[in-house]
Formats: sequence, structure tokens, C-alpha cells
Amino acid sequence: MTRIPIEANPYIENFDILEKTEFAKDPPWFRSLRKAAISHFAEKGFPTTREEEWRFTSVSSIATASFKPVPANRKDLFASGKIEPFLFGLKECARLVFVNGLYCEMLSQMPPRLPSRVRVENLARVLEESPDLVEGHLARYAPYGNNGFSALNTAFIRDGAYVFLPRGAEIEGFVHLLFVGDRNEALANVRNLIVAERGSRVAIVESFVSLEDSAHFTNTVTEIQVAGDASVDHYKIQNESSRAFHIGTTEVNVGKDSRFSSFSLSAGSRLARNNLNVCLDAPGGECALYGLYLLSGSQHIDNHTMITHAKPYCNSREFYKGIVDEKSRAVFNGRVVVVKDAQKTDARQTNKNLLLSDAAHVNAKPQLEIFADDVKCTHGATVGQLDEEALFYFKSRGIGEGAARALITYGFAKEVVARVPVEPIRLHLDRLVLRKLKQEGKGGEEM
Amino acid sequence: MNTAPDTIEALANREYKYGFVTPIESDVIPRGLNEDIIRMISAKKNEPEFMLEWRLRAYRRWLTMEEPKWANLHYSPINYQDIIYYSAPKQKKPLGSLDEVDEELLRTFEKLGIPLEEQKRLAGVAVDAVFDSVSVATTFKEKLLELGIIFCSFSEAVQNHPDLVRKYLGTVVPYSDNYFAALNSAVFSDGSFCYVPKGVRCPMELSTYFRINAMDTGQFERTLIVAEEGSYVSYMEGCTAPIRDTNQLHAAVVELVALERAQIKYSTVQNWYAGDREGRGGIYNFVTKRGKCAGDNSRISWTQVETGSAITWKYPGVILQGNNSIGEFYSVAVTNNYQQADTGTKMIHIGKNTRSTIVSKGISAGHGNNTYRGLVKVLPKAMGARNYTQCDSLLLGDQCGAHTFPYMEVQNSSSSVEHEACTSKISDDQIFYCKQRGLSAENAVSMIVNGFCKEVFKNLPMEFAVEASKLLGISLEGSVG
Repeated sequence: MTRIPIEANPYIENFDILEKTEFAKDPPWFRSLRKAAISHFAEKGFPTTREEEWRFTSVSSIATASFKPVPANRKDLFASGKIEPFLFGLKECARLVFVNGLYCEMLSQMPPRLPSRVRVENLARVLEESPDLVEGHLARYAPYGNNGFSALNTAFIRDGAYVFLPRGAEIEGFVHLLFVGDRNEALANVRNLIVAERGSRVAIVESFVSLEDSAHFTNTVTEIQVAGDASVDHYKIQNESSRAFHIGTTEVNVGKDSRFSSFSLSAGSRLARNNLNVCLDAPGGECALYGLYLLSGSQHIDNHTMITHAKPYCNSREFYKGIVDEKSRAVFNGRVVVVKDAQKTDARQTNKNLLLSDAAHVNAKPQLEIFADDVKCTHGATVGQLDEEALFYFKSRGIGEGAARALITYGFAKEVVARVPVEPIRLHLDRLVLRKLKQEGKGGEEM
Repeated sequence: MNTAPDTIEALANREYKYGFVTPIESDVIPRGLNEDIIRMISAKKNEPEFMLEWRLRAYRRWLTMEEPKWANLHYSPINYQDIIYYSAPKQKKPLGSLDEVDEELLRTFEKLGIPLEEQKRLAGVAVDAVFDSVSVATTFKEKLLELGIIFCSFSEAVQNHPDLVRKYLGTVVPYSDNYFAALNSAVFSDGSFCYVPKGVRCPMELSTYFRINAMDTGQFERTLIVAEEGSYVSYMEGCTAPIRDTNQLHAAVVELVALERAQIKYSTVQNWYAGDREGRGGIYNFVTKRGKCAGDNSRISWTQVETGSAITWKYPGVILQGNNSIGEFYSVAVTNNYQQADTGTKMIHIGKNTRSTIVSKGISAGHGNNTYRGLVKVLPKAMGARNYTQCDSLLLGDQCGAHTFPYMEVQNSSSSVEHEACTSKISDDQIFYCKQRGLSAENAVSMIVNGFCKEVFKNLPMEFAVEASKLLGISLEGSVG
């Protein structure tokens, strides 16, 4: 992969312009954060396949294209009917809608009552009105040094969601963050910050969709802090257009006796990469990561997860499944690190891949890195195809080949989807999976 | 696990019993590496022109390569100009028979438990003894030749069977394969050569014993085994070195070629000096081993017990080219004190219905770091390929580390690849259970560790299995508590 010479890099040029105009009004700490991030990007550039972490995913198509942020004074307005299908059929829940990375108030809504001091608002507003709120938190858990995309995201922070839960607060149902892309070459630079204080509880749904078949680029970073005794459920549903690019990083810090769960579904985009890093940073922390990726056409979806057991007495569970068809390529890299003295760690990881076509590829790399002795760590990974005997069972009962294949494939995916506890989301996902499998056309019409 | 501290102390201080040095006069070439040195090595071995050319090509390639840095290993840089690339015990005259081998050498091998004298030979095992850079003796040569089996040192093979060497050398591990393979190809001094003709089942175990003796030398041997159609051979390899404060480099290359329906079983018990308790000294073991199942229905299996070396960098692999061919890898790797091991395998599925099995057991104790790194690659044409991988790690002590990096690259939808790994320590319950039945903690641990490794040991030839299990005990003594 060729690295673009720094002088010609449009992102850096663009930054220099914005730095003198739009970003000039930011508080000094924020300006220096941006500057540090852009100089890191200028130095490192986009990751290349020479780096172990990006070995199987080339981002040259992103690096060589010219994606631009949509000007800040332009707010996309359109009939709210267009986003109706992405709302899980719910009228009441707290919802923030972003179009090409910028907040759209018209489409967003708040439930009549939120518990006191709870904040669910767009980051741009918080940065403008009370930047002190986010000063200690922004870029604390998502260091821009992790990769070029995080650096780029930090340098261009504009908007995103800010969710804050004070001690003991609880939001009923869930907070829905909807990110819509509708413009070719648009760069949506999304930055979300979720802070759950002691004893609080929240479920956040991030969904990424496209209107039309647009080729946009979403570069998103979500930082989640789960303080002691708190609980955060995080859902990420990525179903962007088959021409879109998606790079997403979620960095989570889990406190004492807290729990974090993540569910990630990747079905859309031409090239998608999800980085999910969870640090179990105090004893008694727990995390459960579930993932499902469905690939067809020439899609490339890469899921990189890392769970760091930084302190003793933490548990982690990970369960990722993938259905890989046609000419697509799936990458799974699951890393579990147990640091020195993180005794009594219990970590389990499973990755299963269903490879449906000879032209498709799967690269699976589960990794365990263990520096403590009193631990129980396991991982398992499989790559296989539909079970011939299961197919025969169906056929012998009069169900056609196509329908049987579709049913077994659906069953494979269902194992993950069924673990989603919130009903409207589960139903939405179920439909999404069915639709995607139908698109893949393997006898879907018979279903 | 509360064994009396004094016994642990005593056991931990037990010496590496192969750590002696043989006082023998050596024929040594100057330190350093350049084209002249390579010419000198080649001249000393009286090699045909094609060998020298091959060596020089490898050397020139090596100059353009960089030492690999991806392994999970930490060591001070190796100065390749400060190594003596050839050292051979001085011999008064060319060897006619074993009786003419230097007394001192015979005593050395006897001390190592490898008697070379006729009357004491291990029944049923033919041994090629390699001392520093050269092979000093090969037993049962004539008996094997009656069946058409060629078993001799690599130098002899170059002299007597140049066509075979030329045909197979570098076909599995080309000199451009990696940094250490290139270095080996340029400077390798000896090793074993084995050729089993069509349809012959080798009646005895073949074995090579490698011994490093001289100071500041590196050992670069090369082994080539060719099994013709329908033949079978089982080969074993053992190694030791003296105790020294400095690190010595060992970079070997092993190539196996199995033709149609042939079967090669390759077993290694690696017990190079591992360095002292503070991590001083020890052998740097950078080895490239690979087998090619070239013919249909062929089978190659690697079994290794890695207990020695300060650094182990070793990935015995199998290229499964023939249809229905089978590759197997069974490994026990032990790291104690400051030892580091980055080892695993590569299974490349090319042919139809190829199968591979990987069983890797890592045991870490003290400050040891043990890494399994494996690749299972299924190419688009490998219809119906199957792989099963299991790698388990056992942790003894809270300062050690165990790591697993399996790579799975699958490009065929009719294949199935499975990987399973777990890491744990010996639970207090297990120890309690044994102690309750009158076993000491020390014995309990040794029993559990042996049980943990049983799956691998059962694949070793009898003589080796006993040895390996004893070795495991010694390597881990003092690490429990």
C-alpha cells in the first residue's frame, strides 16, 4: 500500500484551514488535543497492511479517496418518513439523529421525562455551552495514538452524542443514536462520549445506516466509561450501503463490580472495520461481547476486539459469529490479554465462521496473552460449512435444498441474535438478518 | 502447594547434567562471515561446484534480508561477525571405521548416553553423531544399506549421492525462505541425510545426536530426509550443549519430502543448555523445519519436546500438497527460569481431502514465556480439507507468561478448521486430591504435568518417551511452590 505524502494529504490541509476558523473558538485544552492528534496522524498516516493489526485489511481505498466533512452550516433536512424504518417502531425513546456526522434536531426527540441531571445531547452543543463537562473525559479512554483513524477522528471532533448518567441514575428503555449517511464522498466524523457514574444503568443503541446507495465514509469513535457498580449495554448495528466505508472504534473502561455488554452486528458497507477494546480496570468487572457479521458481494468486514484483564477477579465472555458468502472477506481478530497479577481471571472466547462460497475468505485469529498464573482462559475458533447431515435431515422431510440451507444459515445467526434482551431491537435485528440472507439469494425466496 | 522450601531449593539448584566441555583439539576457521569464509567451508568439505554456488547465492540473499522481529521474543542482538562458523574436532586421518574415532569423542557421547561402540549400541537405533560442525560417526550404516536405505552425514551424501542432494536440497525450505534459513544455507556444515527407497519400511529408528562443544561457535546443520513411494521412516533427533555464560547460535534447517503413500515420523527432544537461573547464557535456537507431503496419501508427523534453549524460534510445518495427505504436529514446550519459546506450526492445505492435526502443550514456569504461533491455511483448491488444533497452556508460578497466536486463513468453503485453546494452572483441588492420597506435592505436580503432556508423549518412539518424561521432570523441578 502506498502512503500518501504528507504535504498532499487533504486531511491535514483541511485541518489547517479549520484550525484558523471553526476550531479557533475551542477552549485551549481542546485545541491542543486536536493539534496533538493531527500531528500524530501526520507522522503515522493511515495504517498499512505491513502492520500486524491491519495485515488483512487494506485501507488504501479510503486513504486514496477524498472524503470531506460536510460544511457545518449545512443541515440536512428531509422528510422524517425516510428514517422511519430505522426506529424500531418506537415513539417514546430518547433519540439523537445525526446526518453525515452532524446533529439534526428536527429528527431527534427526548422522552417527556429524563431523570434529573441525566444528559443526553449532542457533543457539539456541550462543547459550546459547557466544555468543562467533557474536559477530563474526552480522549481519556480512546487515546488518539491507537491508530491513524482515531487520531483523525480526534483532530476533527465536531459532533456526536454525549450521554451522562449521574450516580444511581437509570434511563428506561434505551438511548438510540442514529447515524445517517446520505452523500457521496461525505466524511462523517462521529465522536460519542458515554459516562456512567457509580451505580447507574443504561442501554445505548448506535445504528449506522445510509439513505440511497451513497458512498460515504464514517469514522467513528465511542468512549464509554463504566464506573463502579454501573451497568452499560451497548449495541452497534452497522448496515450502511454496500458502497460505504466504515471505521469504528469503541473504547470501554469498566470499573469495580461493573458490567458492560456489547452487541455488534455488521451487515453493511463495502469495507468495515470495528475495533472494540474493553479494559476491565478494577476487580469484579465483567464484560460480554457478542458479535455477528454477515457478508456478501465483495464486502470486507474486519472485527478486532481486545479485552484487557488489568485487575484480578474479572470475567469476560466473547461470542462472535460470521456468515461469509460470495466474494467477501471476513477478518476476526480477538485478543485477550491478562496482565501480571490479574489473578482469578476467567476469560472465554468463541468465534465461529460459516463459509458459504469458494471465492470467500475468512481470516480468524484468536489470541491469548497471559501473564498471570491463576487464570482460566479458553478460546475456540472454527471455520466450516453447512452441515451435510442437517441438510439431509431437512431434505428427507420434504424441505427443498434452498430452503433448508437458508433455515440452517438463519439458525446459525439466530444463536447470537437471540441473546439480545431488548425485544424491539431483537426483532429489528432478526428482520435485518433475514433480509440480508435473502439478498444473498441462496434460496431465500423459498423462505 | 506447600512443599518444604528446602527441598525445592535443592532441586532448583540441580545442574544441567550435560553441561560439561570435552577437552579436544579443534580445527577452527577464523571468526566472522564473508564470501571467503563460505568458500573455505565449502573447500574443507571438498564440495562440488553446485554446492558452493548455492551457498553463495544464499549468502547474497541473506545480506539483503532482515532479522525477523515479529516473534514474541526478547534478546540482545546477535553479532553475526563474532561467530565461528566452522569447528571440527581434529582427526589424525580420515575415518575408516568407528574404531578410529577419537577416544575422547566416544567418551563424550557415552557420557551423553549415546554409545557409539559396536557392543554397546542401542539395539534398533541407528545414530549419526554430530559434534560441533561435523558428523563424527554413523552407526548401522551398512546394515541399512542392504535394504537400500542411505543414512549418512550430509557431507558424505554430497560426495557420494550428489544427484539426490541436488534434486531435493532447498525444495521444501528454499534459501530465500527466511533470514535464518538463508544463513544456514550459506554456512551449513553438516547434518544427516536419509533416503528411503520405494516400498521400504525402515526397520530401525534413525537418529541424529547434535552436540555443541566449542566456544563461540554456531551450529548450522541441515537435515534432509526423502521417503520414496510407499516407504516409512521414523527419525529422532536429540541435542545438548555445555554450560556457558555467553549465548551460542544454533540455526538448523530440516527438510522432509514424502512421496506417494510414504510416511515420515520426525521426533525431536531438544535439550540445549537453557541458561542459568538468572537467564545468563544458553543457546539461541532458530530453526526452520518443514515437510512436504508431495505425493497422494502421504503422511508427515512432527513430534517435539522442547525443554532447552534460552530462545526457541521454531515452526515445523507441513505442506499438504498431495491429495489425502496428512500432517501432524505434536508439541510439548517447557520454559522455566528466563527461557523464551515462540513455537508452533504451519499447515498449508493445497491438495484435496488433506487433514492436519495440531496438539500443542505449553508449560511455563519461573519467568518463562511460552508462545504458540500457528498458521492453518486452506487454499481454494483444497476441497474437503480438515484441521483440528488444540493448544493448551499450563502456568506454574505467577511470573511466567503463556500466549497463543493461531492464524486461520480459509479460502475454501468445503473445508473445516477448528481451533481450541485453554490456559490454566494446576488447581489447588487437584493437588489436594493427590496429597490426600499420600502423594507429595512435588510428585502430584509431576504426575499432573505428565498427564497433561501424555497426548504428545504417546507419539514419541519408546526410547524417547521415557527420556522426555524424565527431562520434563528435571526442567520443572523447583518451579513448584
